[in-house]
Amino acid sequence: MRKRLVPIMAAAVFAVLGTSAHAEILIGVGAPITGPNAAFGAQILRGAQQAADDINAGGGVNGEQLKIVVGDDVSDPKQGISVANKFVADGVKFVVGHYNSGVSIPVSEVLAENGVLEISPASTNPRYTERGLWNTFRMCGRDDQQGIVAGAYLTKNFKDAKIAVVHDKTPYGQGVADETKKALNGAGVHEVMYEGINPGDVDFSVLIAKMKDAGVTVVYYGGLHTEAGLILRQLADQGLKATVMSDDGTVSTEISSIAGDAIDGFIFTFPPDPRNREAAKGAVDTFRKAGFEPEAYTLYAYASVQVIADAAKAANSTDPATVAEQIKKHGTFHTVLGDRSFNEKGDTTNPDYVVYRWKKGADGKFMYSQI
Amino acid sequence: MEYFAQQVFNGVTLGSIYALIALGYTMVYGIIGMINFAHGDIFMIGAFIAMIVFLILVSLFYSVPAAVALVVMAIVAMLLTALWSWMIERIAYRPLRGSFRLAPLITAIGVSIMLSNFVQVVQGPRNKPVPPMISQTFEFYGVVVTLKQIVILAVTSVLLGIFWFLVNKTSLGRAQRACEQDPRMAAMLGIDVNRTISLTFILGAALAAVAGTMFVMYYGVISFSSGFIPGVKAFTAAVLGGIGSIQGAVLGGLLIGLIEALWSAYFTVDYKDVAAFSILVFVLIFLPSGLLGKADVEKV
Repeated sequence: MRKRLVPIMAAAVFAVLGTSAHAEILIGVGAPITGPNAAFGAQILRGAQQAADDINAGGGVNGEQLKIVVGDDVSDPKQGISVANKFVADGVKFVVGHYNSGVSIPVSEVLAENGVLEISPASTNPRYTERGLWNTFRMCGRDDQQGIVAGAYLTKNFKDAKIAVVHDKTPYGQGVADETKKALNGAGVHEVMYEGINPGDVDFSVLIAKMKDAGVTVVYYGGLHTEAGLILRQLADQGLKATVMSDDGTVSTEISSIAGDAIDGFIFTFPPDPRNREAAKGAVDTFRKAGFEPEAYTLYAYASVQVIADAAKAANSTDPATVAEQIKKHGTFHTVLGDRSFNEKGDTTNPDYVVYRWKKGADGKFMYSQI
Repeated sequence: MEYFAQQVFNGVTLGSIYALIALGYTMVYGIIGMINFAHGDIFMIGAFIAMIVFLILVSLFYSVPAAVALVVMAIVAMLLTALWSWMIERIAYRPLRGSFRLAPLITAIGVSIMLSNFVQVVQGPRNKPVPPMISQTFEFYGVVVTLKQIVILAVTSVLLGIFWFLVNKTSLGRAQRACEQDPRMAAMLGIDVNRTISLTFILGAALAAVAGTMFVMYYGVISFSSGFIPGVKAFTAAVLGGIGSIQGAVLGGLLIGLIEALWSAYFTVDYKDVAAFSILVFVLIFLPSGLLGKADVEKV
């Protein structure tokens, strides 16, 4: 008798735990909270948290509250996988993340197997949504879209210049650099140099001497802000006056403290500043009141949570597979990034990149603005 | 030709930083036969101390002549880093002396992780930028030489000179060489072996601190993980030159710097580490004890 009671009691306990967990919808934020890209991780976490707070204040989703669970991937695919496994174990249904394409891609497979939906605010590598997985979405554009804009800009302004294409060998950096190269070559412009560096390298003097020898005057760099900042600084040290163009991975004010005055004239592609959009006004004010400047990916993370919430409301379900279907057929979402809709792959159908340039402002400080 | 000279110069600059770190590996190995894997992180700590001293100097005096700043940075970094290294040797390595061979090696890896995590927690995980200190450049026959590079080469050669004198001409150096040959015999002849070993760690750390100061000045960026790659490269340099040999560490450091630079200059940059490590493998196949290393003679 007693033996039979144990499983029944266990079942009862699990049933109670199960229902209590259902009172809230867990949203995992997977991002580099520490490590070299911690600046971006903070933006993503802050954006997602604020969105969840705002949605909860408005009554939550289908009567349930959103709860943010944080996982730190340190920009490392291995850490990303363990974060994903932890999310699955915690009962997370939706993940906002990750930042690096190199992390988002392997993580999405773990999440797909376990029925978790992933929406990345920042991973731009095409492969992320190109593998036919049901659960991958992104709020940002794709490298091929970014490469086309960068390639067109370089073709228009530096048609006869000697161009070097450099990347950091990561899926993201090399992805953008390759797409830019493709766009350049398609327009009949051929680079004189194509090189890969290691993320974490600090000495670029040899590469720069090589560029100098080849007469390079324009450098396209696919990668993140630390190496881009060092390249800018060492170009100036070595006295090579070249125009450097890079990607949305360099969008951080930290780059200007690394590069110093060499930041002047640095150009990069990024979507039009979402902070200026009418739709973002309320959210931006809330962030600024709390003393946080919603730079770069903050509003992308905010919009990711909005999309999940709106789709769950419209489908009247919190089942990730149903929500995924809903996002694809939903039509227009009204997010802080403006109106967005998604295609079958999970890519947003209205991404837009523009070119920004760093310049010294009237106050003597360097800042970037759209050109 | 200018291109070749330019790249050789870049490679030698990089190599001399490796050489300064490699000396710490090689000395410790020479005297107690242990690979101090925490040495790369000692270098990182030296760089952090140098950066902090620089920021304090700038905030106290607003503008400091670069030469004065560098000397103060280097001296404070040497003292404090030496203190760290002495403490680590005392707490983590000395109690394990005489235990089985792998114990100190594993402890060293542990200390390395401890140091980098400690710095990550207290200094934050982000890259710390340091404003450019010296920016003059010169041109000799088409070769661009920055003042920073000249400073690095000058400081390295002067330090190596002092170091050579210390090891070969002073009683401390004699004690060190004696302990290296036979610690028990040295102890019987009245040499304080523990003190000599501590001093070896202190010397290695001081050299690493200078390398850290140069790193901060030259690259202007430092983070908690900055010790890892230079540490691995310097260890490779020590092995390439023949671990235990002081001239070997210097030669190995310069060679690794040159191989990286010249490979990147004439072939693709992507494979520079592959090239450097392949050459290491080839050298070790034909000269198992490195370029200048002594073959290990089993004492009976």
